[in-house]
Amino acid sequence: MGVSVSVQPHWQVAGAAPLLSVDSLETRFTTPDGVVNAVNGVSFSIATGETIGIVGESGSGKSQVLMSIMGLLPQNGSSTGSVKFNGRELLGLPRDELNKIRGTRMAMIFQDPMTALNPYLTIGRQLTEVLTFHQNINEAMAREQAREILEQVHIPEPAKRLNMYPHELSGGMRQRVMIAMGMLCRPDLLIADEPTTALDVTIQAEILNLLAEQQAATGTSIILVTHDLGVVAQLCDRILVMYGGRIVEQGNARDIFYDPQHPYTKALLLSMPRLDDDPSADLPTIGGQPPNLARLPPGCAFAPRCPYVFDACLAAVPPLREIAPDRRKACLLDHLD
Amino acid sequence: MSNSAPLLTVRDLRVHFPVTGGMFAEKRVVKAVDGVSFDLYPGETLGIVGESGCGKSTLGRAVLNLIPSTAGRVVWLGRDLAEAGKRGLRALRQEMQIIFQDPLAALDPRMTVGAIIAEPIDTFEPGLPREAKQQRVSEAMERVGLSPTLINRYPHEFSGGQCQRIGIARAMILKPKLIVCDEPVSALDVSIQAQIINLLRRIQREENLALIFISHNLSVVRIISKRVMVLYLGKVMELAERDEIYRNPRHPYTQALLSAVPVPDPDFERTKKRISLTGDLPSPINPPSGCVFRTRCPLAIDICAEKVPALDQAAEGHVVACHRWREAISLLAPTLPAA
Repeated sequence: MGVSVSVQPHWQVAGAAPLLSVDSLETRFTTPDGVVNAVNGVSFSIATGETIGIVGESGSGKSQVLMSIMGLLPQNGSSTGSVKFNGRELLGLPRDELNKIRGTRMAMIFQDPMTALNPYLTIGRQLTEVLTFHQNINEAMAREQAREILEQVHIPEPAKRLNMYPHELSGGMRQRVMIAMGMLCRPDLLIADEPTTALDVTIQAEILNLLAEQQAATGTSIILVTHDLGVVAQLCDRILVMYGGRIVEQGNARDIFYDPQHPYTKALLLSMPRLDDDPSADLPTIGGQPPNLARLPPGCAFAPRCPYVFDACLAAVPPLREIAPDRRKACLLDHLD
Repeated sequence: MSNSAPLLTVRDLRVHFPVTGGMFAEKRVVKAVDGVSFDLYPGETLGIVGESGCGKSTLGRAVLNLIPSTAGRVVWLGRDLAEAGKRGLRALRQEMQIIFQDPLAALDPRMTVGAIIAEPIDTFEPGLPREAKQQRVSEAMERVGLSPTLINRYPHEFSGGQCQRIGIARAMILKPKLIVCDEPVSALDVSIQAQIINLLRRIQREENLALIFISHNLSVVRIISKRVMVLYLGKVMELAERDEIYRNPRHPYTQALLSAVPVPDPDFERTKKRISLTGDLPSPINPPSGCVFRTRCPLAIDICAEKVPALDQAAEGHVVACHRWREAISLLAPTLPAA
């Protein structure tokens, strides 16, 4: 079990400066039960036009990475490290400075469109608000742009929908409105947190197509966070796998799916029922429970569930090391059998 | 299995809910389940799939008579549930149980795990001595993979997967013949989901238990079901043996559903042909005329709006409700990864 460690500052696109670079991000929440370490040293970057997927189970810290980037942490949360967007540091930026970037240069789509939309305002009002706030254009022009963007996300009768309230639309339609709202100012970065989890599978397929289509048309970068490995397989160039608030493996989509190198990634892929496996065999499972973020072990967070565990895993957190070009894992083992 | 007598026979079951409007509003109904028939044999799993609003949960509850049905018959081991009376029905409940989607919400937060699992015994075997009861509860906990030392803990001390195990232990304790599983793994993480599916399969094998497994997840349903029913707006679109329906889906809706399932395989995902459905699920208050699926069907023609398609037999044990099922499979390309 040779251990070779070669740590680079972060993933970089050759030649081009990354659009977003996150470095040593740590996010903590102070709760009555103690400090919860939701994000524990996450570093990655995303290039212009790229789509990355962040996958992990509940409590892996994947959503909190997004909230930290967007500066949307609740009162009891705080982040350290660095989040640079177009070279500018976002952490610690005052709220009105941040508001000039959020919604224009970077936008976010949430899991549940019903709670993310304001039930008291019409779709048209919510869409034009984004434009009049950020772009200083008049109401009529904003309305026309709002109608156009609804058309682009394939909402039938867009002019009529502008006068409707969120509850009058179906779940799929509401998620389209969310995407339209995100795309309104042509952001450089679109952050989507489980955008299809609340939707039916046929609607999900349409929404994913729509995201791919919008990206092809505008060249926006996308960070897609999901627990569904099937969803990232379709859309993402590169994948980060998170566990216990850390990245445990990262690489391009094909490598992650066809040659997982971290025991967790491998086990996660195997435990998913698929449409083409042998239905009579038992599903391989990952024993035990995900870690408690308030009491993380000193070593690898996956060690208590890992079939390959040995002494060194329990002593210290394994570093996220490069194992091939653009390929990293946080595991002391060089090869999995 | 199919030469024995069915455990459960459901014929033309309908569940219609009245919609309350204004005082003078026209009387309208939601047809949540609209003429569903099937047989379920001992030890068999029938998977019921469909999107939200297709009536799959209502069907599961109506079969157990937890929701009164509007019309149709549910026959349990030769006895019509409608004629069983309140007392008879209560006795029959020992033999049929249900587990729910949200495992924590289904457990009383003020009761200990032991009391929750013992509740069916308290109801049906009230005279059972305390020691014997505790023995049965401990056994049930062990069978579902919970340590009996946790017997005095409360539900909030458990994770989602463990709560679902508690729900299964409660459902199993009276040794029922049927469990209706209503999206039992949908709220769980992938790694936990696999544990629960394996547990259900093991218990089913050991007890010759019949399951009605309701889920929107076609990959999960495939793992556990012997036969699969596809529902849309309260009606059966297709019903067949598991391998038959996944290999030769005849109904355009089944084909579209299968093609929409994201597969964790990037090369396949980026090249596969997806059958896209236009628009949303129509309102069940005002369903389309003829075939209810026609408004979203890529193959709809005139007759689909005029005539309700009958359930045709496409193969042995394979029924499909579509006017164009014979051509559907060639018009819509196969969309599954090679097995």
